[in-house]
Formats: sequence, structure tokens, C-alpha cells
Amino acid sequence: MKIAVCIKRVPEMDVNFKIAASGKGVDEAGLKWDMSDFDGYAVEAALQLTEKLGAGEVHVISLGGDVVQETLRKALSMGAAKAVQLKCDAVPYDAFAIAAALAAELKAGGYDLIMFGKMSIDGANGVTQFVVAELLGLPLVHACSKLEIAGGKGTARREIEGGGELVAFPLPAVVSIDEGIARPRYPSLKGIMAAKKKPLEVRPAQLGEVRLTVEKMELPPARAAGRIIGEGAGAVPELVKLLQTEAKVL
Amino acid sequence: MPNVLAFAEARGGELRKVALEAVTAARQVADQVGGEVHAVLVGPAGVAAKAATLAQYGADVVLVAEHAGFANYAPETTAALVADRVKGGDYRAVIFSASQQGKDLAPRTAARLGCAIATDVTSFSVGGDAVIVTHPGYTGKVVQTLKLVGTPVVLSLRPGSVSPAAKAGAGRTEQVAADPSGARVQVTETILGDSKKLDLGEAPIIISGGRGLKAAEHFKLVEDLAAAFGNAAVGATRAVTDEGWRPHSDQIGQTGRLVSPELYVAVGISGAIQHLAGMRTSKCIVAINKDKEAPIFKVADYGIVGDVFEVVPALTAAVQQARQSSH
Repeated sequence: MKIAVCIKRVPEMDVNFKIAASGKGVDEAGLKWDMSDFDGYAVEAALQLTEKLGAGEVHVISLGGDVVQETLRKALSMGAAKAVQLKCDAVPYDAFAIAAALAAELKAGGYDLIMFGKMSIDGANGVTQFVVAELLGLPLVHACSKLEIAGGKGTARREIEGGGELVAFPLPAVVSIDEGIARPRYPSLKGIMAAKKKPLEVRPAQLGEVRLTVEKMELPPARAAGRIIGEGAGAVPELVKLLQTEAKVL
Repeated sequence: MPNVLAFAEARGGELRKVALEAVTAARQVADQVGGEVHAVLVGPAGVAAKAATLAQYGADVVLVAEHAGFANYAPETTAALVADRVKGGDYRAVIFSASQQGKDLAPRTAARLGCAIATDVTSFSVGGDAVIVTHPGYTGKVVQTLKLVGTPVVLSLRPGSVSPAAKAGAGRTEQVAADPSGARVQVTETILGDSKKLDLGEAPIIISGGRGLKAAEHFKLVEDLAAAFGNAAVGATRAVTDEGWRPHSDQIGQTGRLVSPELYVAVGISGAIQHLAGMRTSKCIVAINKDKEAPIFKVADYGIVGDVFEVVPALTAAVQQARQSSH
């Protein structure tokens, strides 16, 4: 079982962002960076699959400048066997441009499964995996919250409004991973030491055409400051009155 | 004249509200570019009866694909059907909802067409050379204005960002032949929970519980309050879904559902930044928490400091009474 996981380095989201001077991105000063949340679930799910089968290995691929090597090393320290950096100065916003570079790398890899997070937590588009699958001519299952592989076939569950869908698909395939599948493990000290000796290959990214660009980035309008209307059950009548007369939701 | 294609999402042969949102948005664009609205309707035998509803919301042509295999979502066949239609015609834009299905179908279709796509769009304008849209990013903490070049473009619209508006279209129907049985990816079963249960993305009121409820069984308080409102769904924080008190699909926050109901009641929720990312765009926020320093109070329109086990039952009773007296 040979699995590739495509991962993205993103800022940690537990902050209030400022807009950069360019007006087209976030101000990166002081931000901490890590693997995008859903990509972390994908790496964990991939490792668990190879561990369960007792065979195969996980490769991780990321696009970007040399800073992404830190993110790739984290995946190696979690247990991935090999990492590839597709080097470019700036990661384009258009999924088609990114997918061209990923597909060129993945094409000859002989992977049974190519995994992604369901979307990056910063761009929040969830398109790249679809273009990669199309370019490679592979079936794709998007946003799997459960995934099982047996006998060259996969089964998955996808969440839908008010329920779920069970999906069957053949391998090789592209799958993207939703929350709930597995919590990513913390790299052990042994894992971190081992990762330093694992291969991390660097190749130039063969980016595709860009037709989707960020023209402007803004902060959403701020909420008015909250107000506390009272303490304990005694404040309930006042709340109900406000919901009826002011907010008009009751 | 360039036309606009809208995908009219149906489930179990019934139109979803997001179908009307997509058709309404397509009508707006078509009126601007001077073309027609073509709506795609896919489902099991009998779904064609819904074409009339789509015409009321502006569809000039309804392309109907009926097959027993469309009882479940058929991702590959549906994307191929839409893409083939777009390739064979003159379309400026292809519009989906960014529903759970649309988040799968829109990029699948764009990938087949090889055209620019923007997802989870909250507003759009179609110009001669480019389409400009807004798209929330960074867990809703920023709003990005995006520019798409080329024709056609694919857009998926955030549910609720367009209000369905009746405007009669010509409503001609055309049958389209499609058979999903040979597709590689097969949805073998669609599991639906309680059909009376409102979805978080569609409910006008959400009552959400956090760690302050202390145990899974105490979610009954939240459910009772939701039942008192009548048109409310129940949500939860990540701490709660990680504990297994509620399913992951109920999670509201940075990595879960992003919601903006008319009323959001946060019960025993401290207001971690990850949770606020998922609900800060709610129209009215009520917070009930025993810690008056909890960050949730900074965004709440109305806060009550107190024990949830005392305040929530009192609120449930008061809401029941208010609704009874207003009937």
C-alpha cells in the first residue's frame, strides 16, 4: 500500500489576523505556522492504514518555499517515509495551478491512494484534489469521515446535511479527508530524531496557468460589544422580552 | 447570448431550498448578460414534476435526468452530465450551492471543464472580462475578493447567501439520458437521521452546548430549549464532539460547520476563538455561562451570567409560554 498525502503549511488560526500592507493577504508578522488541520487528519489516516495493513509507506508532498520543509519534517516525524518539496516562491491561489504541479509529481509515483485534507484551512476552497484526480484520471471521494481499504477497494462515509452517505470506489483513487476520522498523533522524540535521516527531496514546481486571483482581503465587519443583561434565572424574563421586542426572533 | 446553468439540488426526488437559491442567482446573472437560465434536475423517476417549481424561480429550460440510480447522489455521472451540457452550449457561468453535495459536485464539474471556480461564494458580480466574488477564508476571519477570468466560470454559493425569489421563466423541459450504474464511485446508501430534525445550515435558530453541560445526558436541556423554540437545531463545540457527547457533524467552529442563523444560543460555551469562527456571523447571539469573564460574552448581544442547569430550564419554560400566548 503506497500512499501519498498532499499537505499545506498554513498559519495557526487561533489569532485575530491583520491585513498585510498589500491588501491582498494576512500580515504574517508573529504568526505561527503548522500543517493545515484537515491535512493532519489525512496524514494520520494514511499512517493508520499502512499500520493496520502492516505494509506499505506514506509519502508527503508540499508546494512552496523552503519553509514548507518544516511542515514536511513534522509529517516525517509522525511516521511518513519520504517527503517531497515542490519548490516555488509563492503558492498560487488557483487550485488548477497547484494541481498541475502535484499531478506531475504524483503521475509516476505508483500510488494506490492519494490523500488530501478536504480543504486548506486558510484558502478554504477544497478544489485542488478534484483537479489532481481529473488530471490523473482517477476516481475521487471527497470529505471522507470514515475510510476503509480492503482487497483493492475502498469504502467511505461522507457527511451530508442531516445524515451521511456510504461510498464504494476502486483503487487507485484520490480521497480527501474530513474531520472525525482520526486525531493526528504528536511526533515522539524518537520520531523527530528518525525524521532527520529520512529523505526530503526538492524539485521545482511545474505550476499551471492561473485564472483565479485574490484582488483584495478585508476583515469582516466587527460585532458590536456584547452586553450582560443579568444574573441567574431572574434575568430570563428580560431576555425573553428582548428576544421578542428588540431582536424579534421570538 | 450567453446562458447561465444552475444545478437544482434534489434529495430523494424532492427539491432542496438551495436549489431555489441557485436558480435565483442564475436568473440574476442571466438577466444581466441577456441570456437564459437552464436548470439541471437529477433524480429518480418522477423528479421531472419539480420542473414547474424551478420555472417559477426563473428557469427557462429545465434539463431533467431521471434514472433509478439517481436515488442516491451519483457524483461522477452528474458532473459529466453538467460538464457535457456546458461544453455543448454557450454558458457564461455554472452555479451550484456550496451545500455538502455542491462542495463535491462544483469542483468535480470545474475540473472536467478545466475552468476557473470559486467556492463558498457570499456575493458575486459578472462583468464582461471577469467575474468578481467574495469568499470567506481563514475560518471566516477574513473576506477575500476573488477575480475569475475565462468563460465559463463555476461558482458555488454559500447556502443562505441568496434568498429564493419567484420570477417566472419559460420552463421548457428537456429530457437528458444518463445512467450512473457504471460509474467508478458509487454511493451505496444514503443514511438520513430524523427527517423532522432541522439541519444546522438551514435552521433559523441554533441552540448550542459546550463543556459547561458537564455530561452527554445534560444535552437534554439544550434539546428541550430547541424544542420550545420549535424551529431550532442543536449544535455543539469541538470539546463536546471530541468527548463523544454529540456526533462530529454537530460541531460548529473553525473546522466544523460555519453557521449564521437568526438566533444563536450558546449554553455553557466559553467562546474559544475556534468556536467563535463558526458562529460569529449569527444575527443575534445569546450566551448563558457561569463565568462572567468568558469570551463568549464579548460577542453576545444578550448575556446571562448563571448556572446553565438553573437558567436554561427557566428559559425553556418562558419560551414555551411566550410562544403559546402569541398563538
